[in-house]
Amino acid sequence: MTGEVTRPTAARSTAPRRTWRTVDIVTTAVLGVAFGVVFWAWNLVFGVLAAPLDFFPPLSAVLNGVYLMPGVVAGLLVRKPGAAVFASGLAAAVSLLLGSPYGGIIIVYGLVQGLGGEIGFLLTRYRSFGWGTAVLAGVTAGLSTSILDTSLYYADLGFWAYKVPYTVFTVLSSVLLAGVVGLLLVRALARTGALSSFASGRSRV
Amino acid sequence: MTASLALGPTPDVPLSRVNPVAQLTAIVVVTLVLLTSLDVVTPAVVVAVELCLFPAAGLTHPRSVWLRTWPLLVGATSVGLVNLWLGESGALAALGLALRVVGLALPGVFLVASTDPVRLADALTVHWRFPARFAVGALAALRLVPLLVVEFESVRLARRTRGVQAGRNPVARVRLLAGIGFTLLVGAVRRASRLATAMDARGFDSGVVRTNARGSVLRARDGWFVLAAVLVCVVAVTASVLAGTWDPVFVGG
Amino acid sequence: MPAPATVRARGLAVRHASRRAWALTGVDLDVAPGERVLVTGASGAGKSTLFAVLAGLLDPEAAEVTGELTVDGLAPADARDRLGLLLQDPDSQLVMTRAGDDVAFGLENAGVPAAEIWPRVDAALAAVGWRYGRDRATQMLSGGEKQRLVLAGALARRPGLLLLDEPTAQLDPTGSDVVRTSVARAVADRDTTLLVVDHDAAPWLPLVDRVVEVVDGGLVAHGPTWTPASRTTGLLLPPAWIRSPDPRCGGALVAAEGAGYTHRGTTTPALAPTDLGLPAGAVTAVTGANGTGKSTLALLLAGLRGPTVGRVRAAQELAVRGERAPHRWRAGELVTRIGTVFQQPEHQFLTGRLRDELELGPLRSGSGSTAARARAEELLERLGLAPFADANPFTLSGGQQRRLSVATALATAPRVLVLDEPTFGQDAATWRELVTLLAEQRAAGCAVCVVTHDRDLVDSLADGEHPL
Repeated sequence: MTGEVTRPTAARSTAPRRTWRTVDIVTTAVLGVAFGVVFWAWNLVFGVLAAPLDFFPPLSAVLNGVYLMPGVVAGLLVRKPGAAVFASGLAAAVSLLLGSPYGGIIIVYGLVQGLGGEIGFLLTRYRSFGWGTAVLAGVTAGLSTSILDTSLYYADLGFWAYKVPYTVFTVLSSVLLAGVVGLLLVRALARTGALSSFASGRSRV
Repeated sequence: MTASLALGPTPDVPLSRVNPVAQLTAIVVVTLVLLTSLDVVTPAVVVAVELCLFPAAGLTHPRSVWLRTWPLLVGATSVGLVNLWLGESGALAALGLALRVVGLALPGVFLVASTDPVRLADALTVHWRFPARFAVGALAALRLVPLLVVEFESVRLARRTRGVQAGRNPVARVRLLAGIGFTLLVGAVRRASRLATAMDARGFDSGVVRTNARGSVLRARDGWFVLAAVLVCVVAVTASVLAGTWDPVFVGG
Repeated sequence: MPAPATVRARGLAVRHASRRAWALTGVDLDVAPGERVLVTGASGAGKSTLFAVLAGLLDPEAAEVTGELTVDGLAPADARDRLGLLLQDPDSQLVMTRAGDDVAFGLENAGVPAAEIWPRVDAALAAVGWRYGRDRATQMLSGGEKQRLVLAGALARRPGLLLLDEPTAQLDPTGSDVVRTSVARAVADRDTTLLVVDHDAAPWLPLVDRVVEVVDGGLVAHGPTWTPASRTTGLLLPPAWIRSPDPRCGGALVAAEGAGYTHRGTTTPALAPTDLGLPAGAVTAVTGANGTGKSTLALLLAGLRGPTVGRVRAAQELAVRGERAPHRWRAGELVTRIGTVFQQPEHQFLTGRLRDELELGPLRSGSGSTAARARAEELLERLGLAPFADANPFTLSGGQQRRLSVATALATAPRVLVLDEPTFGQDAATWRELVTLLAEQRAAGCAVCVVTHDRDLVDSLADGEHPL
């Protein structure tokens, strides 16, 4: 650094950096762990909340959105390819570690749900992280988990009577909780200054 | 609740001597077989064998068994009830689906009860070429869970000092919980940045290929363990075919 | 063994991208191999910037650096393998769940073969005076022991330069001693150059060869006989409260009567039954070693928890509809009677703006919005936080956050104030501000309770001390 002057770049390049810094890895992991704890708690209230919805069982899918949050939130916050899968898979693993009613298969769910969110970010080529991308990632994440759910657990049930409404409710819930609430959460975090090492904490979309 | 949240080093139990990747392989085998079976006999046989593994996982005390399994029992009951009510195949099929949930979940319970996360990460990076930086990043983040549990209580009390209290109003309760969660998340994300700095200060981003101080060794018994899992599945499916109940589905079909 | 490192700075200047003023200017510094130097200075003087640039932690996109700075002739960012860091928060530096694994972490990163790692881990643990085995769970360690372990992790990599950034700021006196003893052991044979950055200079003086101070962005070298000015020198506190002749106000505003607390599911009490009254117009200090239940007592007196034995009662004048047990009051009623300041101020922040933060308490306790706004403005002025009125509380510096958390407690004008370690890690200027502020509350007739390890605070402010 002898005699050298480093000036802050006025116009930062818009092309995203694809390599993962340590802070990207650890922050994504922390998001995964934090949502793992949320999953654990949500698993416990799920039964209670789902009970009054039993008059129309597919309606319980409106509670699914919470499980799709880590992938979408991590993607919006860290903005790296793979962040959604890493955070979502880890969240599932942590909920398993704390005791999950779904067993080892939950890891598969975590990865698939993360991949679902990832598709949303891939479709916008990891370049925009505003409302459009948040909603899109919410939709793709919701679709991923409802396909998995309806073919694994509810394969016997009717297509129009169960599978379609289940998918619709899951996607709606995912858009609302993972997409809209997720982006609001990232922006609220940015306002606290906690995201100063991330592009999502510096720019205003 | 706190018992299941203890994320420190795991006690040494017989199942700990099986390499985590062998356990994972066994889990994959059992999971694939159960996912493709919709009858009652296959999961019944698998669950029966799994029940014998509780002592090997160190889960002998009824309390520890209950703490580890009650969430999955709740899940199994709800799946069973939904299918009993909405399915067209009757009570036996619903019981089969509930047993399937139990059979899918128990191996995970055993893995968690017998395996230290550090050993799991070592095994994944050494044997399955899982990227080491991500595995270590996950371990570092896991360390924060007990801290979050302690901070939760502090933040909850702090709300009261500001005049905020939910009382019996459920909406206010949810808002209070969300607020606490947000405060914890801000703290966790800040801590993640500081942790990343400290990790880089010890050369985490040096670009040098990491070595592994503990290593992870695969032994003959790991092979036997996987073979045993395959055998159990073969027996379960054979029993099901002989009983005339075998009803395979294929994922997505 | 590697050679200790040389540090050389010539005309070093640093400016943060968001600021117009230079954080550091014209800094010249020479540190010889094996030398031990303390860098001190008040908060905001540029100490932390100097540390960041030395440690190679400045984001080149966020700061402008001119002049020369080298460690062994290399730019700090290229000399990172020669550096060992010890930072403030122990929980943000430990990576693994077992002590030995954590020390090994830095060696694994350097690609050291597994067979060589464990002897080096054991040597590093011995060098800091580690008393447990390698398998010790890091979660179970005290703050001081955690810092000791982090130091071992740095030493295992055989650094030429040890850089310490306020490593005791979050520790009690016992923990701080542990850290300083370990550092002294680690640098005893001068294999490593040592640079300590700390606003609290006095405890480091026996350990370092010389002291430099950062003053307004420049460096001032101090002579061998230099000692820091005591933070209590010239401290003029408002006179103590003149007690009202009204006998009803004579007793304690809040009193613990044989009050103790045991956590659910445990058998050993967190707090043994205790008697303590908080009289109006007096500062009561609760002191004692860790683990005696000081913070638990504060929670009971503050009405945040109910005692599991005995009782905590407020004076009749504070009673709510005849109820005198503070933990049974509703939160909105509590805040107008008892104000509490936690050890971690950020845990108490609820809103996205300082102004809202200060209006919250009054609004929650039934004040009108005009009155709440007036009260907030007054406190912002009074505590020098007015320039940040619209800032997010989380973005404030540590000292400012502390002042804000005291201000939020004062916003509802409570008669009782309970503070847990209010002066923890604060520099001299903030320390004096806080002490003055508490003395003013005492003069106004408040009952003030401070739970603290801070001897200076007890000596200069407390009217009574209750050792646990």
